Order: sequence, then C-alpha cells, then structure tokens
Amino acid sequence: MHSLLDALSYELMRNAVLAGVLAAVLCGVVGPFVVVKRLAFLSDGISHAAFGGMGACFYFGLDPLLGAVAVALGCALALGLLDTEAIRSYDAIIGVLWAVGLAIGIVFVYKTPGYAPNLMTYLFGNILLVSRHELAVLAVLAGSVLFILALFFKGIVAVSFDEVFARVQGAPVRLLMVLLLTMIALSVVILIQVVGIILVVALLTIPPVICLMFLKDLHSVILGSVLLGVGMTLGGLTLSYLYDLPSGPAIILLGAAVLLAVYLLRKLRGGAPRLLPDLRG
Amino acid sequence: MTPLSQPLLEARHVTFGYGREPVVEDVELAIHPRDFLAVIGPNGGGKTTLVKILLGLLTPWSGEVVYRFPGGRKGRLGYVPQFSTFDKSFPLRVSDVVLMGKLGSRGLLRRYTKSDHAELEAVLDRLDLTRLARAHVSEISGGQLQRVLIARAVLSDPDILFLDEPTASIDAESRQVLTELLKDLNRSIPIVVITHDVTSIAPLVQHIACINRRLWYHAGGELDQAMLEEVYGCPVEMVTHGVAHRVLHDHPHHGHAHDHPNH
Repeated sequence: MHSLLDALSYELMRNAVLAGVLAAVLCGVVGPFVVVKRLAFLSDGISHAAFGGMGACFYFGLDPLLGAVAVALGCALALGLLDTEAIRSYDAIIGVLWAVGLAIGIVFVYKTPGYAPNLMTYLFGNILLVSRHELAVLAVLAGSVLFILALFFKGIVAVSFDEVFARVQGAPVRLLMVLLLTMIALSVVILIQVVGIILVVALLTIPPVICLMFLKDLHSVILGSVLLGVGMTLGGLTLSYLYDLPSGPAIILLGAAVLLAVYLLRKLRGGAPRLLPDLRG
Repeated sequence: MTPLSQPLLEARHVTFGYGREPVVEDVELAIHPRDFLAVIGPNGGGKTTLVKILLGLLTPWSGEVVYRFPGGRKGRLGYVPQFSTFDKSFPLRVSDVVLMGKLGSRGLLRRYTKSDHAELEAVLDRLDLTRLARAHVSEISGGQLQRVLIARAVLSDPDILFLDEPTASIDAESRQVLTELLKDLNRSIPIVVITHDVTSIAPLVQHIACINRRLWYHAGGELDQAMLEEVYGCPVEMVTHGVAHRVLHDHPHHGHAHDHPNH
C-alpha cells in the first residue's frame, strides 16, 4: 500500500487517477442507456471512427483530442438524424463509419513525417499519458454530458424506453436521440484516453450489465454503475501499477472478472440473473 | 354545423404502404367527438397501419390526415399498442412507465410534478395496478402489462384514444374493468379500437370500419353479411342477429399480398 501512496505523489499518477474517475462516472451515467437501448455497436463504431479525426489532427499538428471530439460529434449527429425505420441496414452504416474512420486515421498516421506516434497508444489507451491540459478538456466534456442528461433526463429516458410512445406524446424524438448520441459520443472520446479505442465498449457496458442483474429502477442502475465503474478503474490502475500490466486491459479484465463472479454467484444461489437472458432476445 | 358534428380527425384519400404495394388505399374516415369506432378486418388488412397513420407515426404516400381540436389547440392522442413497443428488461418500475403518460403535458425540461403523481395514483387504482406499482416491468404478466399500457395512455389525458387489440391478452375480470373504463372515457372522448373480436366490446361500439386495404365505413354498430363478405372476400358467419362477430375461419390466401410487420 505504501508504494501506491508514493505513486500518487507523481503528477502523472494523480492525473491518471482523476481521468479514470471522470471516465468511470461517465460510464456509469451513459452506460445504462447504451446497454438498454442496445447501442453498444454504435458506441464502438463512433469510437473507431474517432480515430480518423485523431489521425488527421496529428498529421496537421493539432491536438488529436480535438479531432476525436469533432468526428465523434459528427457521427452522433449523422446517426441520430437518420431515420432508423426507413434505413434497414442501420448497423451496416455504423460498420462503414467504423472502418472508414479507422482507415483514414491509419493513413494520416502513416503519412505523418518524422516520428510516428505509437498506434498502440490510441488503440489500447495509456492513461498515464494524460496531461494536465487534456485533463481539463476531459473535465469540460464530462461536465457537458452530465449537464445534457440532467436537463433532458425525462425525455431521454422516455425515448430510450419507448420511442413510439414518446412520438405519439409529441416529444421531439429526433432531437432527444441526437442528444443521447451526443452524450455517448463525448463519453466515448473521454474513455478513449483511458482504455483506448478498442476497449471503450467494455467500460461502457460492464458496470451497467452487472447492475441490471439486481436493480429495478434506472436511478439505482446509474448510481450503481458509477460506483462500480470507479471501483473497476481504480482497481485496474492499482493492478496495473503493482504487476506492471497495461492499464486499459487491466481495468477491463478486472471488470470482466467481477461480472463473471456476480453472474455465477447468482446462478449458484438459484436466482436466475434477470437481464442477461433477456438481452439475447 | 354544430360543434359536436365537426370531426376531430379526418383522413382524406389516404394511401400508404411499406414496399411498392399499398397496404391501405384511398381511405376516407372521420372521427367525431364521442364516437366509439371498432376497426375490424383480416390479418394483414392494414388495421394497425391505419391507426399508425392516424396517430401521425406513419406519413401517407398521398392524401392527408387533418386534426381539428377545439380552439385550434394541438390535441393529445392516446395510444395503446398491441405489442409493447419497448424492451421489458429496461430498468423501470410499473409506476415509472405509467408516469410517462405525462411526458407531453408539460415542457420537456420540466420534471414530473406532484399533481402528475397524484393523477398517477388515481389511474393505477382505477386499473387495479396499485399493488404492482413498484414491480419491475419484466416481472408482470401479459395481461397486467396490457393494463399498464392502458393506464399510461389514460394518464396522458388524450383527446382521442386508440387501442390496438386491447382484449387480446386480458383475462375475463380485467376485461370487465376495461369495458367499464372505456365506457366511462367515451363520455368525454372518442375511442378507436382495433379488434378481432367485436363481441367483447359490442355494447360500446357505435360505428364499425372494416379495412382490407380499402376501408368500408359503417355508421351504426351493425354490420350486414354482404358488407363483411365484400371486405373479407369470403363467406362470413354472423352469429347473432345484427351484431358483428369475429370471422370464424382464417383465409390466409387473402392477406398474403400485403404481409407486413404488425408494429
């Protein structure tokens, strides 16, 4: 434990912990919507597409975070404005965004003269590289997400739950969907810094999936997911520090282990986990 | 024209389809204050599609749906879908779902108020759901869920209430509760019910519309053999004199051309 406290005396480590907590709070707040509205694939698509923006900014000597935000928001807007009922291959469109964004990013990174950044850092994240400046940007983004949700909570819940009924009630369904996707996009950008593009979706889904096995109402699921997410992130960082593991995978694997343990415990005790079987159907 | 005879909703020459073939064609229909309209027709005949058009959920290829609520205000429509349009694993309690009936009544940014909650209690009580208020939506039976959806629509204080097969998964006792409720609501608002089984609500029905791509409207709650045969394209058995009864045989050959998802 002593060495852990020592580690916190480094700014690098303090920044990492703060970034981790910010990310975990967002996972808890946004993740339940991703899980219940089945937007995991969409979130993953936005995450990969964002790499296009990061690569382009890198090539032009700008802050990659800026590119990630721009592309993620662009995707959220485009996907939110598409009429999902009219477009049957919605998931195919997400797939195209995913691949094209990633390809653009790789081309830009490849063509950047001089020192080529380590692709692995973007793909798998390195929370220890989060600078004080980036931390400030992340805090602003996280604040925006919480603000949007607090303001439109009633409508966003209604649209996530039952779009048809919300439309009959005269709610601006399209706008609310765009807002929900915007929240997801901003969260994804923040999470990229922590666990990297490829692992984002796990951090968004693991805490809510665990909570949905026990809890009956959305407020408890959100609160529980925030707490679980913070625990997962800090625990993973600790493991990463103690055993010299890459931080992103350490966080995800810790979460996955908890998920598996909770699931098996519930199965052994006879109470069939409520959500997992439902999610398949 | 007296205000009472002025229709609240009018469909004019409405045509709509999902693919190339129209599912409903050149439909003319008017809903007046305090109408009780039963919409019947074969499977795939366009019943649910018609209601979705009237609700504004689907935009007609041609023709139009005109709403005319008193004072030119934007009216509220209530909708009880046949199949729940949501995922039952969503972490919400019965009371949370019913409360969404109040979504449209105030500004989007406003939270649900105390009076919303008071109305919620009343509606739950009326539909015998108070005991289930804190249950998770995945824990209740099909019939109970049906009552939850009806409660949600009633709470929205609609100017017109649409119900899609409300008696399909409901037990005899709930059916009694529902019939009383609809009768009561019909004193102030028009009600449109899609049904396979007009007998279950026969005493309430004032008008019948049969739809099988085209719509046959029949003022008055009685149907004659010739009209039903024209709609269904086959002989139909009338069970009791003067009251329309369900079609006793399935005729898949007639509906297949317009097969489409029911919701």
